[in-house]
Amino acid sequence: MADLQELSDALCSGYVDRVKHITKELLENGTPSGTILKEGFIAGMDIVGARMSKHEMYLPDVLQSARAMKGAMEILQPYLKESGVKATGTVVLGTVKGDMHDIGKTIVGIMLQGAGMEVIDLGVNVPPEAFIEAIRKHSPQLVGFSALLTTTMLWMKKTIDAITTAELRDKVKIMIGGAPTSQRFADEIGADGYAHDAGGAVITARELIAGLKGTEVSSHIPKVAK
Amino acid sequence: MMATVRVQPPAKTPGLAISDSRQLMFGKCPNPVTCGFDLVIGNGTVFPEINFTLPQMTIEQTTWRNVTDHYREIGEAIVSTARRLRIPGIVVEFELLPPMTENPAWGAEVTRILSDRLRRGYEEDGLHSALRVTPVDIRDIVRPPNLRSGKEWDLMRRSFDQCARAGAHILSIESVGGKEVHDEALMYGDIAGIVFALGVLAPRDMEFLWRNILRTCREYGIVAGGDSACGFANTAMQLASQSLLPEVIAAIDRGASAVRSLVAVECGAIGPSKDCAYEGPILKAITGIPISMEGKSASCAHFSPVGNIAGAMCDLWSNESVQNIRLLSGSAPEAFLELLAYDCRLYNNALNTGRADVYRAMLVESDVRINVQALVLSPESTVRIADAIVSTTGHYRKTVAAALECCTVICEALEAKQLELSRSEMLWLKRTEESLQSLPENEDSFIASMMSAYGHLIDPSSYGL
Repeated sequence: MADLQELSDALCSGYVDRVKHITKELLENGTPSGTILKEGFIAGMDIVGARMSKHEMYLPDVLQSARAMKGAMEILQPYLKESGVKATGTVVLGTVKGDMHDIGKTIVGIMLQGAGMEVIDLGVNVPPEAFIEAIRKHSPQLVGFSALLTTTMLWMKKTIDAITTAELRDKVKIMIGGAPTSQRFADEIGADGYAHDAGGAVITARELIAGLKGTEVSSHIPKVAK
Repeated sequence: MMATVRVQPPAKTPGLAISDSRQLMFGKCPNPVTCGFDLVIGNGTVFPEINFTLPQMTIEQTTWRNVTDHYREIGEAIVSTARRLRIPGIVVEFELLPPMTENPAWGAEVTRILSDRLRRGYEEDGLHSALRVTPVDIRDIVRPPNLRSGKEWDLMRRSFDQCARAGAHILSIESVGGKEVHDEALMYGDIAGIVFALGVLAPRDMEFLWRNILRTCREYGIVAGGDSACGFANTAMQLASQSLLPEVIAAIDRGASAVRSLVAVECGAIGPSKDCAYEGPILKAITGIPISMEGKSASCAHFSPVGNIAGAMCDLWSNESVQNIRLLSGSAPEAFLELLAYDCRLYNNALNTGRADVYRAMLVESDVRINVQALVLSPESTVRIADAIVSTTGHYRKTVAAALECCTVICEALEAKQLELSRSEMLWLKRTEESLQSLPENEDSFIASMMSAYGHLIDPSSYGL
């Protein structure tokens, strides 16, 4: 009989069909959907993220694991919904106004999804008002800004100011990243966190969301049977 | 007086302009270009190409005066540094930032500031120079990109026109057609998707785009420089440098990207090619145009594993971009121009004293066995990849041929123990080569299969599909 460790291992290896098969088997055997999510999927993707950070896995391998998780999530989703299990957090991402650089932000989004978060990617050249609209619409715990140009990074501060003016600042944490940015810059503009790379973004996102909720992120996955 | 542009069409025959790798030399090319203020590029001298950008600031109406002050300051610094170091000639590249393309009058104003300063440098000090202007390709601001119509395309067209009128001597671009597919394919390490982007989508867009750029260049009597696979192969290079992507994918992507960059020349561009087009040596071998390259002197903008070898065949030597900030010595553009100037003195001393072969060998050998991306840029590899490209027809088949030749070059170097790769790199090399070999001969079949995988990312009308 398949177990959660086997599921996690198959996910790390990016075996799409195998992950789906084990997920079905675990559900049929009565394993709670929240447990499958936490101890199978998220645990597996945590290993993947750690291996990527240690340069033991390339991005295509990581994405293959993410693809396997996505396929199996389609099977798991109805059970999670029925059990009231929610995503570990909701994140709105976007490249700030004037900047069209995309790929780094996209990679971060995929890694956050792998960590069980719901990601709303607003794309590139996102003006402050679009971030505000997305915050109102999706009620995220975290908003992430990306920029690659020295002439667009200051739009991060402008966007934070706009979110503050809209009286939404205390409802979200803000994380930034991108080649010209740094922890010092994040501190200067009043962001809550900075991530140097995609692996770091997952860690920072978890910490920020946990801080906002005042508890461990993973504990938000209720251990309930389907 | 501004020199008349000497347009020498590159070789149209299936052969190579430079088929002997020993002739693929820095500072020399079969089709030199005369432009700007009496500057002859590729005729026995390597010149610096200085690039710069603004420091941390926004570009808005309220900051515009500050923006133009920066460019005036940069222009002064460049001319005075050139005078101090007795630089025999220089190319200055003004790469527009997005708001300057979105507001064509802004880009034109900065072009005029720089062009006027170079003119005075020529008239007062006899400084031979040319101003390359590179508007930003803003067409991918919407997804899927609308490449052939709409507001962004209209603004870009006007930006080229107004910059040409304001005093640009060379027009270039880093075009983005196909990038929306290439980014996705790169992330998944999918070589078929990479070939679709580089060999099908990008050439179709570039044929459309470069016909328009050429029209502007002819109208104003200025040089159509070239394009760059910056958004493609340089993205791969950067992902590989962060260990997110296998180095072999980045190396194969580089060789394959030459086919799409070649399209600009097929449309009438005569060089110098763009500095960030590391695929430039392949273009030089095929067409004989002068090329601009960047390597160790561009570490102010990004890191690369090809710092020395990138300069082995250059005609212009560039720093990619540096912010206009103060350093202990002076401004960063001044400091980097000094670095480039001393590099160029070495090139030119080697050329003038009959030691160019030795110097080129040192540049090549110091990098080529350390990194697979350097391997595909060696003069020998360059000629082999170029030969693979001209030995077949159609951009799709040429792209596959270039990619496969990269695989062969890498495999041979491994067998000869001239290069080492990790086990995972070897697996990716094998997987990629097998995928390339399994691609259909027929382009229509290939497009049909790719549209089912990537069609959701593109607007087919942008590519005439």
